[in-house]
Amino acid sequence: MKKLRKPTEDPLLLKLLLGAIAIAFVGLFLVLPLAVVFQEALAKGLGPALTAISDEDSVAAIRLSLTAAAIAVPLNTVFGVCAAWAIAKFDFPGKTFLVTLIDLPFSVSPVVAGLIYVLVFGAQGWFGPYLLDHDIHILFALPGIVLATVFVTFPFVARELIPLMVDQGRDEEEAAVSLGASGFQTFCRVTLPNIKWGLLYGVLLCNARALGEFGAVSVLSGHIRGLTNTMPLHVQLLYDNYDYVGAFAVAAILAMLALVTLALKTLLEWRYADELAASHRH
Amino acid sequence: MSLVIDSVTKKFQRFPALNGASLTAPQGAFVALLGPSGSGKTTLLRILGGLEQADSGSVRFADLNWLDMPARERKAGFVFQQYALFKHMTVAKNVAFGLEVRPRGERPPAAEIKRRVEELLDLVQLNDLGRRYPSQLSGGQRQRVALARALAIEPRMLLLDEPFGALDAKVRKELRIWLRHIHDKAGVTSVFVTHDQEEAFAVADLVAVMNKGRIEQVGTPADVRRDPRTAFVSEFLSV
Repeated sequence: MKKLRKPTEDPLLLKLLLGAIAIAFVGLFLVLPLAVVFQEALAKGLGPALTAISDEDSVAAIRLSLTAAAIAVPLNTVFGVCAAWAIAKFDFPGKTFLVTLIDLPFSVSPVVAGLIYVLVFGAQGWFGPYLLDHDIHILFALPGIVLATVFVTFPFVARELIPLMVDQGRDEEEAAVSLGASGFQTFCRVTLPNIKWGLLYGVLLCNARALGEFGAVSVLSGHIRGLTNTMPLHVQLLYDNYDYVGAFAVAAILAMLALVTLALKTLLEWRYADELAASHRH
Repeated sequence: MSLVIDSVTKKFQRFPALNGASLTAPQGAFVALLGPSGSGKTTLLRILGGLEQADSGSVRFADLNWLDMPARERKAGFVFQQYALFKHMTVAKNVAFGLEVRPRGERPPAAEIKRRVEELLDLVQLNDLGRRYPSQLSGGQRQRVALARALAIEPRMLLLDEPFGALDAKVRKELRIWLRHIHDKAGVTSVFVTHDQEEAFAVADLVAVMNKGRIEQVGTPADVRRDPRTAFVSEFLSV
C-alpha cells in the first residue's frame, strides 16, 4: 500500500531546494564574513593580533566605544520604556507624530545626523560661540560621540516595546489599579515584568548598534587617534594604513562583543524558558 | 447606605456612550446591567470602577462621593471579561496582589497574606492550584482566580464585566449559582454586566435594562418581566 503523504507536507525536492538556498544564503552572507574577520586577524598568528589589540591606541578606542555605549544605552533604555509606555497605554494628541519622530533616526542617514550636530554645536553653529567662550567641548570629544550614538540608537528599545505593549493592552494595568496599586507599583510589578524580554532584546540590539555605529560618530569625532577614535573608526584607520592584521584584530573584538551579546541572550532564554513560555502563551 | 447613580453621562470622541444613566440600589444588592451591545453597560461599570471618567453626573455609595475617589482608593473589585490575570505571576501571587501593594502600615504580615490567599483559593475551590500560572488553567478556573483576586481586597463593591461571557453554557450555569452564593457570603454590593437576560433574571435582585446610554427600567426580575415600562424593554425581553 502506498504511504499517505501528510496534506501539509511539501515534496521532498522542494524541501531540499529551499533548505539548500537558505543554508547557502546564511553561510555566504552571515557566517563566511564573520569567519573571514577572525581568519584575517589571525593571518600572521596569535602574537601580532594580540599586539595590535593591546596597542595603546586600540585600547583607547575600545575604552571609548564601551564608554559611549555605557552612557547611550541606559539613556535610550529609559527613554524607550517611557515612550513606549506613553504610546501604548495612553491616548493623547500628537501620538502619531511622536511615533514618527521616534523613527526619524532610522530614516535619516547617520552622516546627516552627524552633520546636524555639527551645525548646532560646531564653531560656526548656533551654540558654537557660546561653547567656545565657556570652553565646553562637544564636537571632537566624548560628548559629541555620545550624542551621535544616542541619536542613532534612539529607536531600538522603543520600537521593540511599542508593538509588544500595544498587543498586551491595558487590562492588566487596569486590574492592578482597581486592586489598589499606585502608578509606580503598577509599572514595576505588572508592566515591567510583562515587557522584560522585549526590553532585554531591545537593549541588546541598541548596545550592538551603539558599539558599531560609524557614520554619525565619524562626522563628530574628528578621528583623533587614541583620543576620539571609537572601535569602528579605528578599524577604518588601521585598514587605510594597510595594517590589515591590526584592522581585523580590532574588528574581531567588535565581532566578539556582538557574539557575546547573542550568547548572553540565548543563555537567558534557555535559563528562563519556563517563565518565557508562561508569558507568551495565554 | 445605598448605591445611587444619578444622570451619569460619558462621551467617547463625539459618540455618546451614556446619556444620563440613573439607578438606585440598596446596599448588598446584586444588580444586573442588561442590554444589547453598545447600550453603555460596560461604560457604566468602568465608571463605577474608576477605569473611566464620567463627563457629568454623580454616584453616591456608602455615603461616599464615589466619582471623586481615585480608582485605587475605591476598593471596587473588578472582574474583567477576559480576566486580565497577571500572566507572569502564579495564581497565589495574583490573589495576593491587592494585599501586597498596600502601603506598609496597612499591609498584613506575610503569614497573614498567605493564610488569606489559601482561604480565598479554598472559597473558589482552587486550593491545589496556587502554584500554577494562569496559562495553565482552564477558562472557568481563570474566572474563579479573577474573582478570588477581586475579593482579596475586601471590596466594598464587586464589579463584573460579562463574567461568564467566555465560558460554555454548562459552566456558566454552575458558576452563576456559585457567584450568587459568594456574593451573599461576602456581603458586598455587586454590579454585573450581561447581555443574556436569562442569566440576569436568574441571579440578580435588581435588573437594570439599558438602551442607548440610558437605563430604561430598573426592578426586580419578576417586576420587569411582568410589567415592561417601555417599548424597548418589552421588545428586548420578548426575544
